[in-house]
Amino acid sequence: MIQLVAAQSASSFPVLNALIIVPIVGALVVVLLPNSRPELMRPVGAIFASIAGALSLYVMAQFSIHEAGFQFQSVQSWIPNLGINWHVGVDGISLWLVVLTGLITPIVLIAVDPHHDPKPYTAWLLLLQAGSFGAFLALDLFLFFVMFEIVLVPMYMLIGGWGYDDRRYAATKFFLYTMAGSALMLVAIVSVATLSAGNQDITFNVIELAQRQALSTNTARLCFLAFALAFVIKVPIVPVHTWLPDAHTQAPTAGSVVLAAVMLKLGTYGLLRFGLYLFPEASVWAAPTLATLGVIGVIYGAIVATMQKDLKRLVAYSSIAHMGFIVLGIFAFTTQSLEGGVLQMINHGLSTGALFLMVGMLYERRKTRAIEELSGIQSAAPVFAGFFTVIMLSSIGVPGLNGFVGEFLVLIGSYETRRWWTVIAATGVILAALYLLWAYQRVFHGEPTPDDEQTPDLTLKEGLVLAPFIVGIVFLGLYPKPLLERIEPAVDGLISHLEQHSDYVQPDVGAPVVVDESHVSEDDH
Amino acid sequence: MGALQILGFVGPSVNWWALLPQIILLGAALVILLVSALAPQRTTTAFVTVTTLCSAVTSSIIAIGLWNDVQTEGPSSSIASAFGIDGFSIFFTMLILIGLAATALLSHDYLDREGIDPPEFHALLLCSAAGAIVMASANDLIVMFLGLEALSIGIYVMIAMHHRRSEARESAIKYFVLGAFSSAFLLYGIALTYGATGSTNLVHVRNYLDVVVFRDQHLLMAAMALLLVGLSFKVAAAPFHFWAPDVYQGAPSPVTGWMASIAKAAGFAALLRIFFAAFASHDVDWAPVVGVLALITLVIGAVMAILQTDVKRMLAFSSVSHAGYVLVAVHAASAEGTSAALFYLFTYTIMVLGTFAVVGAIGTDDEHPLSRYAGLGRSRPVLAIGFTVLLFAQAGIPVTSGFIAKFQVIAAAVNNESYFIAGAAMMTAVIGAFMYLRIVMVMYVTDEEKERTSRTWHWTTSAVVIAAVGFTILIGVVPQFLIEFAEDAVPILIRG
Repeated sequence: MIQLVAAQSASSFPVLNALIIVPIVGALVVVLLPNSRPELMRPVGAIFASIAGALSLYVMAQFSIHEAGFQFQSVQSWIPNLGINWHVGVDGISLWLVVLTGLITPIVLIAVDPHHDPKPYTAWLLLLQAGSFGAFLALDLFLFFVMFEIVLVPMYMLIGGWGYDDRRYAATKFFLYTMAGSALMLVAIVSVATLSAGNQDITFNVIELAQRQALSTNTARLCFLAFALAFVIKVPIVPVHTWLPDAHTQAPTAGSVVLAAVMLKLGTYGLLRFGLYLFPEASVWAAPTLATLGVIGVIYGAIVATMQKDLKRLVAYSSIAHMGFIVLGIFAFTTQSLEGGVLQMINHGLSTGALFLMVGMLYERRKTRAIEELSGIQSAAPVFAGFFTVIMLSSIGVPGLNGFVGEFLVLIGSYETRRWWTVIAATGVILAALYLLWAYQRVFHGEPTPDDEQTPDLTLKEGLVLAPFIVGIVFLGLYPKPLLERIEPAVDGLISHLEQHSDYVQPDVGAPVVVDESHVSEDDH
Repeated sequence: MGALQILGFVGPSVNWWALLPQIILLGAALVILLVSALAPQRTTTAFVTVTTLCSAVTSSIIAIGLWNDVQTEGPSSSIASAFGIDGFSIFFTMLILIGLAATALLSHDYLDREGIDPPEFHALLLCSAAGAIVMASANDLIVMFLGLEALSIGIYVMIAMHHRRSEARESAIKYFVLGAFSSAFLLYGIALTYGATGSTNLVHVRNYLDVVVFRDQHLLMAAMALLLVGLSFKVAAAPFHFWAPDVYQGAPSPVTGWMASIAKAAGFAALLRIFFAAFASHDVDWAPVVGVLALITLVIGAVMAILQTDVKRMLAFSSVSHAGYVLVAVHAASAEGTSAALFYLFTYTIMVLGTFAVVGAIGTDDEHPLSRYAGLGRSRPVLAIGFTVLLFAQAGIPVTSGFIAKFQVIAAAVNNESYFIAGAAMMTAVIGAFMYLRIVMVMYVTDEEKERTSRTWHWTTSAVVIAAVGFTILIGVVPQFLIEFAEDAVPILIRG
């Protein structure tokens, strides 16, 4: 692994490898810091996480816009006897998830105080960042599996070590659920590599395997199902979502934020990268089922969220609804729906991440998350309420904020190929308004109890921590073009790959390539 | 016999150089016993441990030399083709020597603490190690049986040496009775093999089976079945695992580690040599049986492990399920499967030695309730994280050697088109993971603050744990050299 630092081509700096290595180095440095200086842990960790974040921004800046393929690729021989390489690369689909991972971790490290054992807490968060980078960047199936599974350990430790009362149950459930999903994926990974090999050398290279398409239809479908199971659990889609409310509710704030913003995306990203790309025919075959499950998720998540008594649990169920939208977008197979799906991954990361952060701040103030015990916070903490409002509106999908752009693209794109699914999913937008506004009303409006009156307002530090989220939410709502123009070539490439390897043809619609402000303002639900 | 002429020697040729590792171990055992008889006050635990370690190191150096010889000049055999000198035997020799060194280091603290006479223990350990090497190298079923008995008899006594604990004696009796029982199966199998093929020499058996087509192969089938049953007892494969939890629980922790690692590895060495190498032409007969055995073992190991509350019993069932994984690799009946099995055994041995090092150091009175581990993450963070790594490795989480080992087993099964077994193996890994997570959770998530006996650890124990954890992570990140090592060690039977 040491020689990985050395680039395969001396001319270009292997920035993607550095992305993965910097947080690992940071974790080691944090571990070696003296125990007598607990106050150093988080700042040092945040520095390393920020370096990684800066590198991810560098990747974004250097990313060439109109290229569909993988950029910054770096290949190192890893286990040659098994045909396994360390192969990383980034395209328009993974780029923004990498940036999101790069930015969320330092923010979380700065924002959330673990209250005890800062050293392991910081180290685990850094390892989580490294693993997430690795999973989004991996272009080798083996490497992806390693990263996909290794991120479980830090999250498990974070939930178990710093979570709430029922953390032991929640952490174990989270770990076993995800591991059960990925168990069969490993068998499928080996099968795909072995069966695609033919007379050639065995390879786990995703690009190579996607080009070969050597599997018979039935085998490809079975392998797709094994992959899909792993990702569907991670997303999560109803009915395999039950780990998520527990994990989110019991996780410490940092865990919830990273889980929602980054780790859930591994599921939808996996569906795109390894489902659609590796198994185009099987994806088209399974699309009606998965789109249906996505829509069920939208409605179910929204309805159950309405009934929640715990604010954090409510946000967790809203996550299920939002992720359902993304799944619908992915399996509608149009340029807009896929673009919307990818964009919605980022949007969900911003809005739900920020919601969890604010619920965490509220818990720090009031030591409760029960909606019925909170009332009239707005009068005691107006700035806090204002930030919460913006983020909540973004989550609802109000025009002018980021959530709207993503949902709108998903809906308009899916309407062409999955009309009735889209009609039902659109009602989910209304339900989102229902449960979030109702919760807001109960918590922030009304007569404050004596306890609520003493709720301190947002501090400057908390405001600064939330500011990047607000900026992102507003910016993407008004001007999503920088993201979309990088996402679109990759998405188009994926769709033409689908058309090439299956009988699916994208319906020809003269839809706008990029949604700009004029579209945002002229439409409403 | 052809062996008599091949090198131009008169009389059975003995390649003393190749036998040197075992001879050194037995010599060290004799030295320890002699010195302890002549100068009892001089034979301290330190002296005995150092002697054992020195013999292990010397033997390993010779084994490395032998490995290079075999790689350049090809495998050979000695003593009238009864003893194989090939990559396979040297692979296991090295593994056994590593296990010997680790067990010697672990017992150092234990023997002092429990007041057990160190010379006898170490002499038995050395004999047991020599037996294991003979078993892994044997090219003849009779020699294999001798090795097995030398290995087992040493273990019977080592378990019982803790004479103040009735559990240890119970455990020894149980292991002895069932061990004798399984030896009987094995012997019967050897006898029937002789009846079916006219020889106990594995090369003869293979050559005979290659050319002869039986009209009625009941005798051979019975022989294979009995050999399989006998060895399944030794490797603790279900449904022949019933002794394992009780014996593991009652035995002194260093001996448990030795049984779980080396006794199992030697058993699998014999299994692979007999079935993969000698009965290669009849793999359609034995591979499905091994597959069924693997499935039963995986399921029982995983399911029973999560029902236990005693850590040693948990690890006993986990060792059963690991046997299941190796059986999946054996089931593939291919060179790839065999090298996967070798890789698995190597990494598993090191993991399990490290695990029992921790278990032995925490369960100072040989009581191992799960609650003993409560709060370890806070009170001993370094130890806890090391133990966590070893447990995760056993669960097959990436970036540990356990994952690479599991991956190769799955790859071998998939290449053999045993998709169902591969899938089942992965699913039982998830069930089994619950048990490891339970131990980890107890270490890190505990509400009650218990009073802790802050005993300082002997450095030998720490050394074993650190080495095991380091190796586990190293192989998890750069497994290439061990994969090559295992691939070069796939057995080739040779006459000479």
